[in-house]
Amino acid sequence: MTDLGRYQDPLTIQQVLYGARTIAIVGLSASELRASYFVGYYLKRHDYHVIPVNPRESEILGETCYPSLLDLPVPVDVVNVFRSPDALPGIARDAVAIHAGALWCQFGVINAEGARIAEDGGVTVIMDRCIKVEHARYIGRMHWLGFNTQRITSVRAGLQ
Amino acid sequence: MGEVEKGARVTDKLSRAEKLSAAEAGHAFGFETRQLHAGQRPDPNTGARAVPIFQTTSYVFEDPESAAAYFNLQEYGNTYSRIMNPTVAVFEERVANLEGGAGAVAFASGIAAQAAALFTLLQPGDHVVSSAALYGGTVNQFKHLLRKMNVELTWVDPDDPDAWRHAVRPNTKAFFGETIGNPGGNVLDIETVAAIAHDREVPLIVDNTFATPYLCRPIEWGADIVIHSATKFIGGHGTSIGGVVVEAGTFNWSNGRFAVVADPSPAYHGLQFHETFGTYGYLMKLRAETLRDLGAALSPFNAFLFLQGLETLSLRMERHVDNALAVAAFLESHDLASNVTYPGLPASKYRPLTEKYLPRGAGAVFSFDCSGGRAGGQDLIRSLTLWSHLANVGDAKSLIIHPASTTHRQLSDAELRAAGVGPGTVRLSVGTESAADLIWDLDQGFASVAAAAGDTADEKVATT
Ligand SMILES: Cc1ncc(COP(=O)(O)O)c(C=O)c1O
Repeated sequence: MTDLGRYQDPLTIQQVLYGARTIAIVGLSASELRASYFVGYYLKRHDYHVIPVNPRESEILGETCYPSLLDLPVPVDVVNVFRSPDALPGIARDAVAIHAGALWCQFGVINAEGARIAEDGGVTVIMDRCIKVEHARYIGRMHWLGFNTQRITSVRAGLQ
Repeated sequence: MGEVEKGARVTDKLSRAEKLSAAEAGHAFGFETRQLHAGQRPDPNTGARAVPIFQTTSYVFEDPESAAAYFNLQEYGNTYSRIMNPTVAVFEERVANLEGGAGAVAFASGIAAQAAALFTLLQPGDHVVSSAALYGGTVNQFKHLLRKMNVELTWVDPDDPDAWRHAVRPNTKAFFGETIGNPGGNVLDIETVAAIAHDREVPLIVDNTFATPYLCRPIEWGADIVIHSATKFIGGHGTSIGGVVVEAGTFNWSNGRFAVVADPSPAYHGLQFHETFGTYGYLMKLRAETLRDLGAALSPFNAFLFLQGLETLSLRMERHVDNALAVAAFLESHDLASNVTYPGLPASKYRPLTEKYLPRGAGAVFSFDCSGGRAGGQDLIRSLTLWSHLANVGDAKSLIIHPASTTHRQLSDAELRAAGVGPGTVRLSVGTESAADLIWDLDQGFASVAAAAGDTADEKVATT
């Protein structure tokens, strides 16, 4: 069993969310009804530069789509993965090769080897967490719909 | 080129508030802290420390794109208070946090919460297995409303695991039970019943109204959905009717048996709630479809009052269970009372389950049989001065009712027995007053019952 707690540290999650500008989404679907599209749409709304990575599409969410991470023309802060877990080692190798800041694996995208490859290559790993949910928990408005953000704070901060 | 090198990928420059939220996220806060704080942060616009009452029906959109994003559920946003409201949301998140669930949706009553929880996962032709020892209003709802929807029901003895097991059919879609049954005081073996349900890929729904999350958290024992009538102990003040549904977020709605949750939804332009929202899929559907379409929304003012109640939940419940035990012990020792159903009594047959699921106390609602049958029960209630004679439970004030002459009035003595209610059965909801005063009032009430019985006996002697 992979020790997932290592890859779900709240401080690291917030550092990644606050620090990132460019997020490549590997496996982003062109279908408006898929989870990856919801996430991509949400991240764009929150001013991240979203770059779709999907060999079957040319444009998603109005952004040029690239067949692989190695084809990206700009550096990326976060590689966000919506692929099956066994694709992770290859994606992790690519993430290391392009010097990505973090490898963010969505719910269920769990692969110990992929995580190790990324970590050994100096890439921060977050695993089995949704980037949209974590953004909404710490920065966004998840608390508006009755979800348990687990947050307890008496600090006045942020916008509604 | 400068752009490329900057690449601030992972920042360590967090503001004070951000740092604090990180530290806080790594700390496990206690129940007493969470009942005061969960779901609310000081209002960012005004600094208000108390939860503001957002008494508004609707919300101005920033622009057409934002409006579309909210309606499409692509962004968390407020649209219309039948579906969500910021004051109600604080209440929802607080209950979800205290129960250990993924989230919650509030409703205008406990009954509405139950209906919504079930409507979200059922379709005509489905089957539900339910404990037979339930609040009478729930029995009515299941017997009549669910049947009307062409949902079949099997009632089982909640104490018998085999009864649950054998009641399952291929079309069974839910198990339903109460943590502490009303009014029989049976304690549900949640872990065992949840295991039977999960073995058949069915979710277990538990009505936790009588225990509250302070005394028992069914999700920790395997329950998938927890329901409350907030009207009762959550409020504690007897001012507001309301309900809430909490979901654990762990049930696999995509197991092939729950097309209504997993398949593209015709009521939401083909959205697949479970695939798209994962952990939050059922809750999203519960809100965006069921609450939207049933319309039983909780008012912001009532949510505010429930939040006032929740702030003192642990303190009240400690007092409720202490008083309940004292009153139950008094009744057990009284000649005119029998069949005291308080599961917290040492002699209760539910003692092992109480120790496992309710270590802090077995709630504060139970019944007993008053000697003298129907007349005895009525005489007792007539002579009390502190206990309030009314049809509710879970108020901080002590409450009493005689089911045979009120809630179960239409039943014959034989039917009453079948429902677990004797002609002299009296139901108590023990409040937080001085225990000695509650016992004093009951004691003087019993004296009147004895005197009345004596009079009747004298009359009998005189007439025969
Ligand atoms: C155990 C239980 N569940 C549900 C309900 C229904 O709640 P409400 O009256 O808020 O609709 C009640 C109300 O008496 C109850 O006691």
